[in-house]
Amino acid sequence: MTEAFNFPVLSIIVFLPIVVGVAILFMDSKQRDLIRGVALSTAIVLLVLSAFVYLNYNANVDELVAQQEAILEDGGDAPAARMFDAGLAYEENYEWVPALGIRYHVGVDGLTVPMVLLTGMVAVAGVLISWRIEDRIKEFMAFFLLLVAGVYGVFVAMDLFLLFFFYELAIFPMYLLIAGWGWVKLREYAAMKLTLYILIGSVVALVGAIALVLTASNFFTANPTLLPEGAQAFSFDIEQLMYAAELGAFSQPGYLGIESLTFGTFWFPFIFLGFAVLAGIFPFHNWSPDGHVAAPTAVSMIHAGVLMKLGALTAIRVGVQLMPDGAQVHLPWIVFLTLVNVVYGAFIAFRQRDFKYVIGFSSVSHMGLVSMGVATMNTIGMTGAGLQMFSHGAMTALFFGCVGMVYDRAHTRDIPSLGGFVKRMPWVAFAFVVGGLTSMGMPGLSGFVAEFPIFTGMWAASENVVLRIGNFELTNYYSVLVIIAALGIVITAAYVLRVTGQVFFGEFNERRYSDVGDITITDRAILLLLGVPLVVLGLYPNIMAPMIEAGVRPIVALLGGM
Amino acid sequence: MESFDYLRNLPAIAPEIGLTVLSIIVLFLDVYLPESRRRDVGYIAGFGLLTLAITPFIWGPSTDPEAQRLFWGGMVRHDILAQVFKVIVIISAAITCFVALETRELARRGEFYLIVIVSTLGAALMSSAADLIMVFVALETTTIPLYILAGFRRNDVRSTESAVKYFLFGSFTSALLLYGFSLLYGFTGQTNLYEIAEYLGSEAFAGNSIPVLATMVLIVVGFGFKISAAPFHFWTPDVYEGAPTPVTAFVSVASKAASFALLVRFFVAVFPNTLIIDGQQVQAFFLQLVAAVAVISMTLGNVVALAQRNIKRLLAYSSIAQAGYTLIGVAAIQALSLDDPALATEGAANAIAAISFYMLMYAFTNLLAFGVVVLFAEATGSETIADLAGLSRRNPWMALVMTVALLSLAGIPPAAGFFGKFFLFNAAVQANLVWLAIIGVLNSIIALYYYLMIIKIIYVDRSEDDSKPIAFPLTSAVVLGVTAVIVIILGTVPTVFFNWARDAAMQLFS
Repeated sequence: MTEAFNFPVLSIIVFLPIVVGVAILFMDSKQRDLIRGVALSTAIVLLVLSAFVYLNYNANVDELVAQQEAILEDGGDAPAARMFDAGLAYEENYEWVPALGIRYHVGVDGLTVPMVLLTGMVAVAGVLISWRIEDRIKEFMAFFLLLVAGVYGVFVAMDLFLLFFFYELAIFPMYLLIAGWGWVKLREYAAMKLTLYILIGSVVALVGAIALVLTASNFFTANPTLLPEGAQAFSFDIEQLMYAAELGAFSQPGYLGIESLTFGTFWFPFIFLGFAVLAGIFPFHNWSPDGHVAAPTAVSMIHAGVLMKLGALTAIRVGVQLMPDGAQVHLPWIVFLTLVNVVYGAFIAFRQRDFKYVIGFSSVSHMGLVSMGVATMNTIGMTGAGLQMFSHGAMTALFFGCVGMVYDRAHTRDIPSLGGFVKRMPWVAFAFVVGGLTSMGMPGLSGFVAEFPIFTGMWAASENVVLRIGNFELTNYYSVLVIIAALGIVITAAYVLRVTGQVFFGEFNERRYSDVGDITITDRAILLLLGVPLVVLGLYPNIMAPMIEAGVRPIVALLGGM
Repeated sequence: MESFDYLRNLPAIAPEIGLTVLSIIVLFLDVYLPESRRRDVGYIAGFGLLTLAITPFIWGPSTDPEAQRLFWGGMVRHDILAQVFKVIVIISAAITCFVALETRELARRGEFYLIVIVSTLGAALMSSAADLIMVFVALETTTIPLYILAGFRRNDVRSTESAVKYFLFGSFTSALLLYGFSLLYGFTGQTNLYEIAEYLGSEAFAGNSIPVLATMVLIVVGFGFKISAAPFHFWTPDVYEGAPTPVTAFVSVASKAASFALLVRFFVAVFPNTLIIDGQQVQAFFLQLVAAVAVISMTLGNVVALAQRNIKRLLAYSSIAQAGYTLIGVAAIQALSLDDPALATEGAANAIAAISFYMLMYAFTNLLAFGVVVLFAEATGSETIADLAGLSRRNPWMALVMTVALLSLAGIPPAAGFFGKFFLFNAAVQANLVWLAIIGVLNSIIALYYYLMIIKIIYVDRSEDDSKPIAFPLTSAVVLGVTAVIVIILGTVPTVFFNWARDAAMQLFS
């Protein structure tokens, strides 16, 4: 990729919030406005840099596509790994712990560039919506920035160890934010539950990742000619591991002495599901609604908006991208879990009385669509998954922002006792309707742009995907699943309309909510920041779709699909 | 017979000589200085120890692979492993002295510093001991002063009880260890660890592995006590709780680190990978034994820690669990097959490096945690976890330092524990012990629960005393601040330290 500027932009994006966060911890806690100002300017700088990365990557995407096609045509060794390499931009690559092949290697590809932008958007929105927090604002902002740094770090990590480092780094400030500033009734329980769920998944994946690196190292030691020049056999570098994966290092039969087992087929479920816990995959989704409800608004926004994508992205990056044969064996049954996510999540959301729980469960449902897109293992479905990650991120952050604004003024989230808020908060009502229509998949909004390819992808995959359990073979079932999943969208429509009707349009209780006023200018900025991209992406999907397609193409090539 | 050259032999025990001199100075000053200035003894001990921590570098081991390693008639081995652990124990002693300065009960008692230095002397010798006699003498030199230290608060029943308990358990396991040593000597007629290995490898034991295995069990039990691994841990919670807190810090770090150094050296020397008795029975047995002790220690330590209300007891159980994690690395040393000796050595070196790095980071981390406990208890008189509530408002710096320590113990980046655990689990996976690594990581999740609870209490919970600040005395603020920075450095740029530990491991095989 051609890069428009040659300063270490990704390192700045990752380390700026860490430096500022720590600096804020040392500031005088009485200077609240200064603290807020510093946090906001940091977030804005992050957003600007992220947008810069995004726009620049986008400007070069045609060139990248041409490059990738050329690689596919000329054949040669490991086309997928070379396509992936071609798609990486803003790389920085330094030694970190050479004895163990750990490097500081960051970079972005078509899948992560939108995520970087999304993180920037949610960071700004999160700081803005926390503006009125008075209680220990210093610690809040510091931890929030550390959380943002951890999230950015995972998105840009191109070294498996670095990825885990940031992954775990993000968990701790999140725990404190929820336990410290969350909803009093639930926060301690929910924060601990969330942390333990996520970490159990990730540490099991960590052991799997070490085993993966070791297998790759043994493979390269046995075939030294295949090792890229100057590279170390024992290395956590994701590019090198993908190269090993394409050469078949993880698909050699006879793993653990069982003839039909390969490394990939054994470890894929542990690694994929270990990360997908954070994406809320059924049956490990239980932390998510409690966590989102208990968290303060800014943390709900970043958590549902960005962190859950982190789970999906790492599941793709470490799971599918490094163990394609495992993906081909296991995704055909994991798709059932994603279907449960979509339908069951929507159904539970429909049954909630608490405004925030509705949104919490809706995230479970929508993230199911992301995993479902991944399970298609074809370009169109996975592109849809990538679009859905961005679309859902902005949409759910918008939702949580709306809920937070209503709750701040009404002091209740009980849906039946709310009503008619459009009179006092027309902006919020409008934004909520936009978000709601997005989540229903209304054409013209980003939800449609994302869900349509996922469903098309499912349909297209139906012919190719085979589920084998012993001698039993199941074929052509993706088309059935997609019909059921589409029904989930109907339930989504039902709960969105119910909530919208009740909260914003029902009867307004003048006596009880006499002091409820309109939102502030900063709140409007939040709604615009998160809402406008939904519309823009919906009307003009070409500003993101080609980029994501370029990101998933190497993965699909690795899977042997198209 | 070759004549004995003192000058060639001296560098091997340079830190020990320094420690002896320092102990005499402290003893003298204790008598000479008036009561009012007795606290200065602590400063002299602390700075003296810090200075001595440099001596292992000045008179460092040769990097030449052909160089002579055994000195003083084969009593000590002068290598990088000894260097690493001598630095760890001496710095631990220095930090202990600085922390003790802040306590009313210890600050003015010169003999306290004296006993700490003598115990450090033993620990330093343990790190390099290469002969059964030396091993035992060093062990006792380390442990006997610790019995005295544990009972240092003579008026406190808990302290006295802990000393007696420590003494009874300690002398019992010392006896077992000694019995194991005498068996080894009886079988081989040698006391030098490296010569014992040669005899064990000879024809004499082919087909007769039972005595060797029995010896191994006795020795593992003996070391298991010193590193407070379950099921030999029963003294740990009571001694940790009863002893004066600086003493607890010292026990938990210095004697543990030195014991791990000894454990590694002992088993690499006496039962090396290349020793074959009845196939690889010795290695397989050692592996199973150590893996079992590791699993029991981790699980028991972490699960029981969940129920603790006293911070010192919690840290006691946590230290049992930490010993369990480290034993994963010990198991990994022997787990490698003989098919490829170069790979086996490489893997074993990684495992030993992981153990050394873990002990290095654990020493700083635990001293940091105990340092905060000392200051907190000194200011409030409480050691209950619930009383830590609101610490972040009473002294934000202390809260931050404690958080760094707890994160490191829990293995969360950017604190050093993440790399420490990663290196250990990496070694385990390389040694084909994936199941042990999985048990290890799941245990670290259990542990995360109680560490996070403390952090939550510090930052989130309110207390009635929120508005009463806790003072952070200058000396300990500097010492703990530097320690916290070291913990972060170890957790972000560990390369230098890890390579040092790897060099240490490689020299064990040269």
